[in-house]
Amino acid sequence: MKLVHFTPRFYISATITVLVVAFAILGPLVFGGDPNASVGGQYDPPSGAAWLGTDNFGHSVFTNLMYGTRTSLVVGLLAGTFASILGTVIGLISGYKGGILQNALMGATNVVIAIPAIVILILLAVALQSRSVLVMAIVIAVTSWTWMARSVDAQASSLRAREHLDVAKLSGASTTSILIVDVLPYVFSYICMAFVLQVSGAILAEAGLSLIGLGPNNSVSLGIMLNWAIVGEAVRSAAWWAFVPPTLLLTVLAFALLMLQSSLDEVFNPRLRRGTARARVTAGATVTPTGAAITPAGGADLAADGGQPTDFERQGADR
Amino acid sequence: MGLGKYVSRKALWYLGAMFVAAVLNFLLPRLIPGNPVDTIVSNLGRGGTQGEALTKIYEEYVARFGLDQPLWQQFITYFVNLFQGDFGTSFSQYPASVGGLIAQALPWSIALQLPAIIVGWLIGNIIGAVAAFKGGMFDRGAFLTSLFFSSMPQYCLAILLLYLLAVYIPYLPASGAYSFGATPEFSIPFMVDVLQHYWLPFFSLVIIFVGGQAVGMRSMAIYELGSDYVNYSRGVGLSDSRIVRYIFRNAMLPQVSGLALAIGAMIGGALITEIVFSYPGIGQTLFSAINQKDYPVVQGITLLLLVFVLLANFLVDVAYGFIDPRIRAAREGER
Repeated sequence: MKLVHFTPRFYISATITVLVVAFAILGPLVFGGDPNASVGGQYDPPSGAAWLGTDNFGHSVFTNLMYGTRTSLVVGLLAGTFASILGTVIGLISGYKGGILQNALMGATNVVIAIPAIVILILLAVALQSRSVLVMAIVIAVTSWTWMARSVDAQASSLRAREHLDVAKLSGASTTSILIVDVLPYVFSYICMAFVLQVSGAILAEAGLSLIGLGPNNSVSLGIMLNWAIVGEAVRSAAWWAFVPPTLLLTVLAFALLMLQSSLDEVFNPRLRRGTARARVTAGATVTPTGAAITPAGGADLAADGGQPTDFERQGADR
Repeated sequence: MGLGKYVSRKALWYLGAMFVAAVLNFLLPRLIPGNPVDTIVSNLGRGGTQGEALTKIYEEYVARFGLDQPLWQQFITYFVNLFQGDFGTSFSQYPASVGGLIAQALPWSIALQLPAIIVGWLIGNIIGAVAAFKGGMFDRGAFLTSLFFSSMPQYCLAILLLYLLAVYIPYLPASGAYSFGATPEFSIPFMVDVLQHYWLPFFSLVIIFVGGQAVGMRSMAIYELGSDYVNYSRGVGLSDSRIVRYIFRNAMLPQVSGLALAIGAMIGGALITEIVFSYPGIGQTLFSAINQKDYPVVQGITLLLLVFVLLANFLVDVAYGFIDPRIRAAREGER
């Protein structure tokens, strides 16, 4: 009997993701080229010298696309990692400790959730005069850890009463070791899936910020390419090669990551695979990343669930 | 806990969130090293603004914000100005007031997005519900398409549609909300002109919104179809139409709140779509303000987004308290 049931959807989305990553890592090594080098005039159509033509500065779109994808992925991965760590740590401590600490941490989380991320992103990006790739990642992470902290908190609180935690406490284990050894493994599958969503959300957030002119300085990303295309009127000049590649790449990447997440959900959550109806629910559940599998504890939580679609709407807003 | 207490607790909570957000809105732009006015005025100087105007702007701002005063006093000045409906004065379009610029742009944003959200919501929910009930190939096709469009960034679809329908096939106008040179007025030719410019941004918003709503409605309906109360109702022999009504009432709950939240997030939701189409709404105003480092306008717009979103969240929470029997029961149980 096979231990893991990967669906075809998993293989397709994983392949697309791997191809995009390979393009970003291997592309510059194989084809070389300098994204800042002028290889032609403004909006030259695709040719042997520039496979995807040139943009408004006369740079090769193909070279920019390779380096741009790299920047977008780096920002996405860094921001996704930071946000996941922040969300996990806050959620674990709050859920495991309970009491006043939980009230304080989740209160703060709910305040941050209520404030639309796009506003904080714009304000932070405006306030920071020089924005490196790392700074962009931190700015995005600061606004996106919240829904994950709330879900991890809910799962950790449900673990709090488990007996193996009492055993660990009686044997004198420290809080840190209990959190890492006895609580984290139960939440880990959820963290993996949330991480994929965090990465795709961060890639799109970076693209949106860059598009409105608040992207990382002195570099090229998919969003910055779109910003150039809009400022340089590429669309109305019918220079499709300057804006279709980054647009399609972003779309395909976002879709592939969403599919990857939903098929991972099916693998990790055996309950969701039993019948087709259940599997269908899973696929839909990816839309509200707050973790549909967790039953809210009481009325207060149900009330807070009014915010559940908010996360999704807000992600929509970031796009 | 009584109803009044529930509502006032929520109100207090959201006022707190609003306060935190307003503090951030005040503080973050002031993180720019040095006196913000210095930075801005020197930027304006490089842009070619005349010396006399610069001095005037500088004095105006130092006086208005009391920049020689300690931070807490500046904060009070800022709040007093806000409560008097004074958002400040634009740097790049001096002496236009920020409030005036926003008031010019806001009607375009609302006129574009409110119909798009409502139409998209209706179509999306119908598609989602039908897909859930029918199943089979229709479900698979509708689900995958919806999922694709819901994962697609709004501006990507906007850029592609703009290219296909306005440039490649020059069928619809490519930018703005009305023809260049036309003056906004209530006349038939102008309305026709506006309508022609309306379709592209409208449909690029509707399609994305339909995708998200269909995915949400479908999963909600399927979830309800498999729940215990449906099995129970079948067991005791209730008619199908009655069960369907129960299912819909339950599945609609999150969808209705989703609609309210979408309307709240409306202004921020399509910033970039407006930029792509050079639609003269809030997004376009924000875009040019960012490019010209016009911080008072950026701050005014972010504050507007905050108020809309928090207000919608608050109303949804209160409405949930009334509508959702589970919350109602929990509230009464606590008494």
